[in-house]
Amino acid sequence: MQLYLPIAEVSVNAFLLLGIGGIVGFLSGMFGVGGGFLITPLLFFIGIPPAVAVATGANQVVASSVSGVLAQMRRKAVDFRMGTVLLLGGFIGSAFGIWVFARLTALGQVDLFVQLSYVLFLGLIGAMMLQESLRAWFRSRKGVPVRRSHVHTWVHGLPFKMKFRASGLYISVLPPMAVGALVGFLAAIMGVGGGFIMVPAMIYLLGMPTKVVVGTSLFQIIFVTAFTTLMHAVTNQTVDILLAMLLIVGGVIGAQFGTRVGVRLKAEQLRILLALLVLSVAGKIALDLLLQPAELFSVTPGLLP
Amino acid sequence: MKWLALILSLSATPVVAEEKIVSGLSQNRVSITADFDGSELLIYGAVKRESPIPSSKLDVIITVEGPSTPLIIRKKDRVAGIWINRERVRIDAAPSFYAVATTGPLRSILSETDNLRHRITIPRSVRAIGLTGEASGSDAFVDALLRIRRDNGAYRSMQGAVQLSDETLFRTDIVLPANLTEGEYKVRLFLTRDGRVVDHQDRVIFVRKEGLERFLFNLSREQPLLYGLLALALAGLAGWGASEAFRLLRR
Repeated sequence: MQLYLPIAEVSVNAFLLLGIGGIVGFLSGMFGVGGGFLITPLLFFIGIPPAVAVATGANQVVASSVSGVLAQMRRKAVDFRMGTVLLLGGFIGSAFGIWVFARLTALGQVDLFVQLSYVLFLGLIGAMMLQESLRAWFRSRKGVPVRRSHVHTWVHGLPFKMKFRASGLYISVLPPMAVGALVGFLAAIMGVGGGFIMVPAMIYLLGMPTKVVVGTSLFQIIFVTAFTTLMHAVTNQTVDILLAMLLIVGGVIGAQFGTRVGVRLKAEQLRILLALLVLSVAGKIALDLLLQPAELFSVTPGLLP
Repeated sequence: MKWLALILSLSATPVVAEEKIVSGLSQNRVSITADFDGSELLIYGAVKRESPIPSSKLDVIITVEGPSTPLIIRKKDRVAGIWINRERVRIDAAPSFYAVATTGPLRSILSETDNLRHRITIPRSVRAIGLTGEASGSDAFVDALLRIRRDNGAYRSMQGAVQLSDETLFRTDIVLPANLTEGEYKVRLFLTRDGRVVDHQDRVIFVRKEGLERFLFNLSREQPLLYGLLALALAGLAGWGASEAFRLLRR
């Protein structure tokens, strides 16, 4: 069934969109990532204009994150206090990121910068996660008990300490704020929710238990992507509600299944799979940069800034 | 040699004799609704003439041209092993859709002079617009634009697609693609004899979004904040709805 999208101004198969939404929603629910780094390239691939794909992708991530958070809340796996602190940092970083983005657009190399940061951050985080989670997995298979020793580092000496009961942490608010700001900054520049950076940062930098990480990350993503959607709708008018609704219907259903599968898998397995997914997206973008494209020229409507 | 030219010019005189186009379109407006999947346009007509049919060959050329938009064409280059956009060329206006249908090969039924005057062939029509070059050799960029748009079906050359019977009645079908841009589509009809345009006529088709498409598009332009909030509300509602639905299903 073909459907004409009013803002994207293309006609696409409705079931294809439902399918894309479903797959991304499934992964989103399973790993606690928004899926922005997956949905946007997929939409490019089926011929949606890039600007519309980025903005509408953000809108779809809002829905799948809401659905995911509600599922996580029922098993009390959301640390609201931590989420709020991350979010505060996130808005600061995001505002700065939007400013940098505008500067880069004026310089005319924003595409390249976005692609390079995708490769760099996805590659780095993917590799780190894969290495760590594989080690943890082998250790647990050998039967060596995993020691969750509380390592006291300089992080614990910082002021403004706060109790995060759901995470079982008593740490300064500064590190989570900084993590939130970094993620918000990257999210604004890369046009994604930032879950794939947030999840490993919460596990490895803040030492939060994996169980709480997914729900808290989703909670934070709702607000970051809602902010992005609104910004795009007002400044660029590139949010396509019809496209978003189809992706959402597929996505929210996928997210429910994803969450269910996610709780059955072991934390290490979950992290290995996410690491592989992140690495493959990074690899794909790196290949695009390195291989000679079939068509050297590209046509974009609109005026130069 | 002189008398040969004289005879030729004399024999060519009847060509100028009045031959007029009478034409019709199967529809003069196209509505883009949610299930819009392209549209077929039938353009038909007849040649009206008072005098007997001249002996030279009559040909018909029909063009359909979509609204023009500004474009940027970029070219990738290899810098330090990475393919990045380097040079770019700005095009002030290029038609979003262009189709040419004819009764025969354009090269033999249309002279270069008249092509230049009426901008009929695809390259002529696109090249007519101003280029703001920021790169050397903007010809390569325009060629690339033509190639890309021809490949995705936005620019079409359909030589021989117009049926002409008894030097009088003609018709052709032009398929409008599904990814149509809103606006006025200009239909031009040309009658040619010996490569010269003897008559031409312009018609217009209005392409417009209708119903839900129109409502959403207008809302997004006129009330962007409201539109954004609506998008968010729908997203939140859908997320909550799915979560509740699945909880009920599990019971």
